[in-house]
Amino acid sequence: MDFSTTTLTDLRDGMRAGSVSSVQATQAMLDQIAAVDGDIKSYITVSGEIALQQAAVADQRRADGDDTPLLGVPIAVKDIIAVDGVQMTAGSKILEGFVPPYDAFVVQKLKEAGAVIIGKTNTDEFAMGSSTENSAYFTTRNPHDLSRVPGGSSGGSAAAVAGGMAFGSLGSDTGGSVRQPASFCGVVGLRPTYGRVSRWGVTAFASSLDQVGTFGRTVADTTAVFQTIAGYDRRDSTSLNRPVPNYEAALTGNIKGLRVGVPAEYFVEGMDEEVETAVRTAIAHLEKLGAERVEISLPHTRYALPVYYLIAPAEASANLARYDGIRYGPRRKGENMIDAVKKTRALFGDEVKRRIMLGTYALSAGYYDAYYGRALKARTLIKNDFLTAFEQVDVIATPTAPTTAFKIGAKTDDPLGMYLADVFTLSLNLSASCGLSVPCGTDSDGLPIGLQLIGNTLQEATILNAAYAYEQSLL
Amino acid sequence: MITYEPIIGLEIHAELMSKSKMFCGCKVVDSVTAPPNTAVCPVCLGMPGMLPVINRQAVEFSIKVAIALNCDVQHHNIFARKNYFYPDLAKAYQVTQYEQPIGLNGWVDIELGTGETKRIRIRRVHMEEDTGKLTHENGRSLVDYNRAGVPLLEIVSEPDIHSGEEARAYGIKIRRILRYLGVNSGDMEKGVLRVEPNISLRPMGSTTFGTRTELKNLNSFRALADGSAYEIMRQETILRAGGAVVQETRGWHDSKRITFSQRVKEEAEDYRYFDEPDLPPLFVDEEWITAVAQTLPELPDAKLARYQIEYDLSPYDAAVLADEIRVATWFETAVTVNSAITPKTIANWVINALFRLMNNAKLTIDEISITPEQLVELLGLIADQTINQNSGRKVLDEMFETGKTAVSIIESKGLTQISDEDALAAIVAQLLADNADSVAAYCGGNKKVRGFLIGQVMRATKGKANPRLVNDLLTKALA
Ligand SMILES: [Zn+2]
Repeated sequence: MDFSTTTLTDLRDGMRAGSVSSVQATQAMLDQIAAVDGDIKSYITVSGEIALQQAAVADQRRADGDDTPLLGVPIAVKDIIAVDGVQMTAGSKILEGFVPPYDAFVVQKLKEAGAVIIGKTNTDEFAMGSSTENSAYFTTRNPHDLSRVPGGSSGGSAAAVAGGMAFGSLGSDTGGSVRQPASFCGVVGLRPTYGRVSRWGVTAFASSLDQVGTFGRTVADTTAVFQTIAGYDRRDSTSLNRPVPNYEAALTGNIKGLRVGVPAEYFVEGMDEEVETAVRTAIAHLEKLGAERVEISLPHTRYALPVYYLIAPAEASANLARYDGIRYGPRRKGENMIDAVKKTRALFGDEVKRRIMLGTYALSAGYYDAYYGRALKARTLIKNDFLTAFEQVDVIATPTAPTTAFKIGAKTDDPLGMYLADVFTLSLNLSASCGLSVPCGTDSDGLPIGLQLIGNTLQEATILNAAYAYEQSLL
Repeated sequence: MITYEPIIGLEIHAELMSKSKMFCGCKVVDSVTAPPNTAVCPVCLGMPGMLPVINRQAVEFSIKVAIALNCDVQHHNIFARKNYFYPDLAKAYQVTQYEQPIGLNGWVDIELGTGETKRIRIRRVHMEEDTGKLTHENGRSLVDYNRAGVPLLEIVSEPDIHSGEEARAYGIKIRRILRYLGVNSGDMEKGVLRVEPNISLRPMGSTTFGTRTELKNLNSFRALADGSAYEIMRQETILRAGGAVVQETRGWHDSKRITFSQRVKEEAEDYRYFDEPDLPPLFVDEEWITAVAQTLPELPDAKLARYQIEYDLSPYDAAVLADEIRVATWFETAVTVNSAITPKTIANWVINALFRLMNNAKLTIDEISITPEQLVELLGLIADQTINQNSGRKVLDEMFETGKTAVSIIESKGLTQISDEDALAAIVAQLLADNADSVAAYCGGNKKVRGFLIGQVMRATKGKANPRLVNDLLTKALA
């Protein structure tokens, strides 16, 4: 079995059939990490020993007749999500060496499902970025071209799956941080509806936008991981107490009559022609499979970027204020208490500092109404755009990102250019929708292109099945 | 000469005695005695990814207070983040109600020294979380987060208070209500109840406010009254000298009895409030409010009125008994035991005898062994003349000391009153014969001697003689 190309579902079948063990699969992942992650750098922490122990336990459980959904499946976790007893840096020097004494809800769910946690993957610092170049540790490289970024902020999780170093992974998506790296790395990435997955134990960037998402090499793999982490958690007051459908059973491949909306605002001048062509071809393909194409409009799309860059930094400015080195994390010495806190907070990287400043400004007296207050109003308009659109269509199809993976360093001096990498993904976070990215071909350099499918509130099953139908038809 | 009118508004912070903290499962502990950082968890320490969950009991306590303070209880409650840096604030923001608090537009009546009452309006009552405690010693700073996240209720009055004594009366009233509701111990020394007046002066008749100062570190209502009075005097002196009051926070120095500048507010602090994204709006429906309202005890004002009307108590006695709900409950239990013993009699014994014993022993009503039933039994034995009043006091002392019942004490000490007229008449006759001098003095017009003679009878009977009978017999004999 070539583990680096085996899907999660194949591995699961193999383990059920007894042809492969979790220890073998886990060891194969660790071997692959040893072989290629020196170049790709997807992991900040590899917890190999713990993983092998979990794998052995999983094999024993299976021998005892147990068959939980992810029993023995090696999974990677973005280093912004807490795993009890394993360092969590959030890609920042300010949390270097911090070991949380708790599991995030999603990790608890993975463990309950029997998954093996391989390690913690690289991320832009506090998930602020679109390339992993803002990680305080190193930049992850795109497995398809080591000179290029994997996208971000969940670039480590996307690259780990694309590079055969995990069968699936968890990321977090605040403005596109799962879908955009999925697009760049040629894997599937799902960003569920806000509240579908608990944020308990997930380091907060922007609380009203953050949501954990899943990566897989296939739609079915992505769905299998999502299936285990979806659900209500009373410890997250924004978590939705709604039944969890059987998403895996919903993957029928039948999309006859599915109404696919194509918003004019997402096909703009100046976007990469090869991306546009690939996405339009994919949409035409969906039509061939029985879907019905509907031209729609999301008129407030152009406000999404400025609105996002007011709301997300505003929330972040409060969420990141706690990192003062007093209770946990590294502490710098100072002349006095306040000076020590200031010196400790200097451990934040430039992009984090920039967003804290932006957010602090947007919330300040005299500016609140003009910035944060107006952004909240505009957010409602954007949200309503989607609700209106979903009266006409079942899914909305767009490019995931305006380009394919860019060169490392190409945008590091151009924050605005970097922000534009998320221009097609971040509207969704401002709304109550869900979305995913599924590979839809490559450009002339062989770099993956992603098709974004957006669904209405809690309609993950609909977009997953549409992506599944598309993916299966290409085989 | 201009007369100045002092304007005082009060902010009261009351920790709620709920089982757990406002947003996490940590126990609410005594932050003075509990070892530091023993009632903490990742949530109240602000660890990454930790989220708040609203404590239902704390909300219910808050609804109780809002109702008791005659507020409009709000249905749509929003929590906000109040952002500022301080080491005792784990998340660097305090979760608090800003624009939509639990209670609005309330009032309480306070009793003035003149016997009149005055209505103080309450602007708002809102829920929030307490901070930790920072202490500095030996060049180090130490933080204890036991108190961090403890539910806190802030009660903000309108500036309807005009003197230190009014501020004190208001504070006492709020404290009494909180204790009645069982939501706060009222222990100001421990800081579970914190009172902060803001004080300004304006020329009488003016409608605009003067520059105000805020007073902190008031750990008693005496300090509130005296600190406020001092501050009024200080500001008046400044204004009369043509100076300007500086807007600042001032501390009260309890032993020097002065206020001192703590922090000058050059500009309004910018807390960058915004709605807490981790908590959706909390909806408090009418049904919930009604259910909570039904759990409210009879409140102090109602009790005070009822004691005077129904029990025929003096305003003073009624106030003493209604001051604390536990005393009031004890008293009301006693009233129901035996309808032959009037509430007035019971009140007299509780206030004049029982309280004295409690004060001497430094015990509260919860800590004494005498039950209301036992006291009323004793009063019954006095009423049916088994023992006299004086013996009754002695029996009560012994009941308090030993926990024994009145009957057993009376029996073992042989205190049963002598009401046998013939026996007493013999004793009186013998005494008069033995004290011929005194009798002569009495007949000569020295009426004081009568008291001496009564005393002699009581001594001869070891205090057991029926005093009324002795009185009658003496009158007859000396006639
Ligand atoms: Zn706690």
